[in-house]
Amino acid sequence: MTAATETHSEHDHSHDDHAQHGMSNAGYIRIALILAAMTALEVSTYYVDFGALFMPVLIILMVVKFFIVVSYFMHLKFDNKLFSFCFYAGLFLAVMVYVIALATFKFFAA
Amino acid sequence: MSDVAVHEADHGTHGHTTTTGLSNNKVAMWLFLGSECLLFGGLISTYMLYRGRVSEGPRPGNVFDIPFTSVSSFILLMSSLTMVLAVSAAQNRDDRGTTLWLTVTALLGATFVGGQVYEFTAMYNEGLGFTTSLFGSSFYALTGFHGVHVTVGIIMLMSLVGIIKRSTIPGDKAEVVELIGLYWHFVDVIWIIIFTLVYLIPA
Repeated sequence: MTAATETHSEHDHSHDDHAQHGMSNAGYIRIALILAAMTALEVSTYYVDFGALFMPVLIILMVVKFFIVVSYFMHLKFDNKLFSFCFYAGLFLAVMVYVIALATFKFFAA
Repeated sequence: MSDVAVHEADHGTHGHTTTTGLSNNKVAMWLFLGSECLLFGGLISTYMLYRGRVSEGPRPGNVFDIPFTSVSSFILLMSSLTMVLAVSAAQNRDDRGTTLWLTVTALLGATFVGGQVYEFTAMYNEGLGFTTSLFGSSFYALTGFHGVHVTVGIIMLMSLVGIIKRSTIPGDKAEVVELIGLYWHFVDVIWIIIFTLVYLIPA
């Protein structure tokens, strides 16, 4: 195989990989429906009294929705781990820095 | 096939050898999105600290229209679905499907931005200006920065539609659509956080 045909072959392979990358369109629609249902549940907390569960429910839904979009729509679950490291390192640093900053201002004590 | 070539086939560098075996453009986009977490983290934290600091003007509970913002949030969330369908179409080399879904995504994004302009106008008319209170300043800074990100995303989406239609895109079309898709989804996940922390959890 010549260098040119090998490169062409790789190109075709990578397109095939792309096509199999992630999920089918039906899978994406299912994920979107789950996200829509979770958003509806979030909005329902505005109308229905969840009592002590109000805050935990909202925070858990927010975190789960975040990771569903990042994992499935952004393909991090299926992609190379280096991409996950690039993103989660920034996210982890941001969360740590600002949780410490908020704690310094006694935000969590209120 | 060499190890590097195998990596290329696996991760879509499309014949261009890189030291990691991954697309440099994609690594750069993920690093950019990682750094954006710090930008929005700062804005969200500032809002959380200042949302109760209202010396004059309306308080958060008096100006937020939750039903309206819920619809806006749902529209932005669904734009993530249309974006991922555009990426899927691009990977299947379906130019017609790609431009269709990119256009729908841009329209949904424009609807969201239009809703934000309406919301800002309504809030201003209720007496909440940018310098009215620390709450107003931090709220407009946070949601305004997000709105600018969505607007930049819309410009990129429409530019991409034009480029695809003229078939002048260099290199791999699917990867370019995927990169812009990553930016768009990121804007969506940031709104997921803002919607909960700013709108649904009262000060």
